[in-house]
Amino acid sequence: MPALALSQLTKTYRGGLQALKGVDLTVEAGDFFALLGPNGAGKSTLISIVASLVNKTSGRVEVFGHDLDLDPEAVKGCLGLVPQEFNFNLFLPVLEVVVNQAGYYGVPRREALVRAERYLRQLDLWDRRDTEMRKLSGGMKRRLMIARALVHEPRLLILDEPTAGVDIEIRRSMWSFLKDINRAGTTIILTTHYLEEAESLCRNVAIINHGQIAERADIGDLLRRLRTETFVLNLKGRVADLPELGGFVFQHVDDCTLEVEVSREHTINGLFAALSRNGIEVISLRNKQNRLERLFLEMVDEAATPGEGQA
Amino acid sequence: MNRWHRYWVAYNTILVKEVLRFTRIWVQTILPAAISTALYFLIFGKLIGERIGPMQGLGYLDFIVPGLVLMAVITNAYANVVSSFYSSKFSRYIEELLVSPTPNWVILAGYVTGGLARGLIVGIAVSLVALAFTDIEVHSFGISLLVFALTAILFSLGGFINAVYANSFDDISIIPTFVLTPLTYLGGVFYSIDLLPEPWHSLSLANPVLYMVNAFRYGLQGVSDIPLWIAFAIILGFIAVLAALSLHLLGRGVGIKT
Repeated sequence: MPALALSQLTKTYRGGLQALKGVDLTVEAGDFFALLGPNGAGKSTLISIVASLVNKTSGRVEVFGHDLDLDPEAVKGCLGLVPQEFNFNLFLPVLEVVVNQAGYYGVPRREALVRAERYLRQLDLWDRRDTEMRKLSGGMKRRLMIARALVHEPRLLILDEPTAGVDIEIRRSMWSFLKDINRAGTTIILTTHYLEEAESLCRNVAIINHGQIAERADIGDLLRRLRTETFVLNLKGRVADLPELGGFVFQHVDDCTLEVEVSREHTINGLFAALSRNGIEVISLRNKQNRLERLFLEMVDEAATPGEGQA
Repeated sequence: MNRWHRYWVAYNTILVKEVLRFTRIWVQTILPAAISTALYFLIFGKLIGERIGPMQGLGYLDFIVPGLVLMAVITNAYANVVSSFYSSKFSRYIEELLVSPTPNWVILAGYVTGGLARGLIVGIAVSLVALAFTDIEVHSFGISLLVFALTAILFSLGGFINAVYANSFDDISIIPTFVLTPLTYLGGVFYSIDLLPEPWHSLSLANPVLYMVNAFRYGLQGVSDIPLWIAFAIILGFIAVLAALSLHLLGRGVGIKT
């Protein structure tokens, strides 16, 4: 049984904006799924409909087999939502926010306190349990939203830009936590602008653009579609003239740094062998651009200019 | 988990949150009603009231006690729900409830009971102030408490509907200022409508607050301008209509969903 099944989902806002134009999407139970798309593509509308924060115009939403129209309480009971915007009572202490949320799901206070302590400790917020929300930093508020969404132990956790504005250290600790939650059996759907985040966390991805699913695939399969990858090479010595090596296109960044475009038909081993033959020593190498980001941009560009994309 | 047990836990959570909200800021929520009522008793009851003759067979100070208590209940029940629910909309933490499986009627019941609780506490505070000026002899505890509770419920529902439609903090003060206060002042708190000439006497009968004040006065003092059963019918009728409207608005997501 899929964790989430959307069928011909549409949303037209008052004023005529058509945010979703017949979305069909299935997310399997246990998956760690990325929903990507440019700003205004319809990601947040889709999530808000599933979480009952926005009324759909038409279509069907099922969560673990429960129909949102027929049994909304069952759907809501399965879901945990981490929204993009902070939505707290800023004058409440941290612990009360989490315990109240458990109460809304029918978790008795004694049990809610136990669970709140567990999740606040895991997210490094237990020491702040008596602090009012307004006194927390942005990163703490983001982590608290995760604790709040998990306190009723949902089967499906939806995170809308969970690490926006969070520093890299906290972001990585949040990734590690989310991986653990997923391994323990919780299905996770994530929207993010950090494509590195999607690539390192998620197994499957859907790209939404102009209110429609443009692509839905296994991330590995998707990445294999990249025609070329660009690497940045830091060199030991200066290279005045660009080397001419078949299959590789070089560009100068500065005297000691080169960019090289490697097509799918060639390997990094081949690149290094060719560089060695030409007496060029490489100190380090990195991807110029996140691979998923590159693919994402290609897809969005193709959707924007279909004629050029097919050419 | 049993569905009804889940509802009960959710209802209690909303209620406790609401009670903690207004008790934490008691200086803003409970004390002002006690102070302003003390001033009413001092000025209208003691200083001016002693120069006014008896009203419906009661001393003027005794006559205004039920109205002043009920006025505090009405204002505070309304204010509690309108400000609390609108704040939750404004800061978007209403979403905590909307994403949860709490049914709309439980959400409404939680907020309305919060308004009832504030009305009750303020009513007790104002009654204690009244005791400093006069003796309160209760004619019927049952009727007094029933009118008291039903009135608080009715105006809590009114506050809820106001909050649903409100788009700014200005919107939550318009109804109390331009509708609630005039209705309360013209609802027989300070005078018997028998004193009014036509057409004002008949017009006063269209004011629902009049029925509540008179029913409460009957409960406390055994006198009323109007028959008790009409008062109860009107209060219950308004509660039914406002509750149905509130649930309809919640179901449609008016003011809280797009």
